[in-house]
Amino acid sequence: MLHIKCPHCGMRSQNEFSYGGDATVKRPALNKEVTDQEWDNFVYNRVSPRGKHLELWQHLSGCRQWIKVERDTATHEIFNTYKTNEEIA
Amino acid sequence: MQKYSIFSLVKNALTGHQNWDLAWKDPNPKEEYDVVIIGGGGHGLATAYYLAKEHQITKVAIIEKGWIGGGNVGRNTTIIRSNYMHDENGLFSEFGMDLWRKMSQDLNYNVMFSPRGIINLAHSDAQMNAYARRGNSMRLNGIDAVLLNREEVKEIIPMADFSDNVRFPIFGGLMQPSAGTARHDAVAWGYARQADSMGVDIIQNCEVTGFEVSAGKIKGIRTSRGNIKAKKVGLCVAGSTNILAEKLNMTLPIETHLLQACVSEPVKPVLDKVVTFGAGHFYISQSDKGEMVMGGDLDGYNSYAQRGNLPTLQHVLTEGIAMMPFLSKLKMLRTWGGIMDMSMDGSPIIDKTHIDGLYLNCGWCYGGFKATPASGWTFAHTIAQDRVHELNAGYSLNRFSTGHLIDEKGLGTKTWIS
Repeated sequence: MLHIKCPHCGMRSQNEFSYGGDATVKRPALNKEVTDQEWDNFVYNRVSPRGKHLELWQHLSGCRQWIKVERDTATHEIFNTYKTNEEIA
Repeated sequence: MQKYSIFSLVKNALTGHQNWDLAWKDPNPKEEYDVVIIGGGGHGLATAYYLAKEHQITKVAIIEKGWIGGGNVGRNTTIIRSNYMHDENGLFSEFGMDLWRKMSQDLNYNVMFSPRGIINLAHSDAQMNAYARRGNSMRLNGIDAVLLNREEVKEIIPMADFSDNVRFPIFGGLMQPSAGTARHDAVAWGYARQADSMGVDIIQNCEVTGFEVSAGKIKGIRTSRGNIKAKKVGLCVAGSTNILAEKLNMTLPIETHLLQACVSEPVKPVLDKVVTFGAGHFYISQSDKGEMVMGGDLDGYNSYAQRGNLPTLQHVLTEGIAMMPFLSKLKMLRTWGGIMDMSMDGSPIIDKTHIDGLYLNCGWCYGGFKATPASGWTFAHTIAQDRVHELNAGYSLNRFSTGHLIDEKGLGTKTWIS
């Protein structure tokens, strides 16, 4: 069982959360010519690293806020959690 | 190679089973090969076998980080089927069904292929309509499909919950009678033994640490047991695809996720079909030892851990008990996890890459085991001829940018969602 510290509600069990994927993926800027490659990278291509991974989770059965979680994909250790608008060093 | 038969069994029994040949050797890597296959799982072993058998390319090495049969080919729920709606998936899988039927004879190794049939249960009128459509598509591709109503399903699996007051009543189901199961380890061992006998080097405990690429062409690989030159290299590493892709500066439409399976304590024969729950994601069959073999959803987050968490297992088994209440009386014997190469449309990739001589086989999602022979056969063809076969033409890497997705389940790009 993962225990995720929601930055709004505190430590909660995995059961309350739903996963939202890689949080480092950025949508191409608006009002700009976007190449096929850029769209590909945004929609389909993923690094999926073994190790530290910054990802989106939603506290679905809690405050319903989306949050960012920094987690190890090999050990499942959670290093830190952030609000979505928080600056990450 | 020693042929396995009743006569060789009797002969070796008389000499106390001391004189059996090793099923495959344990060679050191040579300096150079025509083809290097990375990944000694089912697909890699099958690829090497068909390279030797169909294309007479025998200067081949299989490079395996662990031991053969220790990855997903030894961790799956052994289900074999071709009940797909889309042409690409249906024709590819049905070609594989033919190879499955002949496999034990072909490999001289009993893979215990058991075409017992699979039933996908439907729990609403809409789902029955969708299954009728899928069944018709299957039959157009020459795959057997039978649409069953509630009474017919009850006849076949009376132990399922047919009571009146259930959340997901069984409306009927779609059956593929020719689907079934096989002994997964035997598939790996059978391919390994035959490939070895035709001259393929199976090199275990050898980790790939990098690639030699010059002027857009593959020259070889770097491994924990030294550098190996190769004219062609095939990647067949399932959940580890992204790790190797990173070494090649490639970003792929693949995420690595965790999938669990489990078996109950063995019980007397009760279920002679593979059955899937239609209102969630749960599948079950009974092994020859009597264990109920079960699996379902991914854990749902990127993972390389090869071990799962309890919430997902609990969720999956709740579905199982909703479908077959007697399961609640059984004790759990084992649970385990494997890492899946989840592609962005749920269908695999068997293709050439932008690097000359480098070939890619990945994206098998939930369905890698049943694809073992067809994947090996088409991948061997792609490598040997340096062009895709019509069977895997749809499984191209660039289908994501051209929009020719094969989205069998209609899940979009989040195939890990549950």
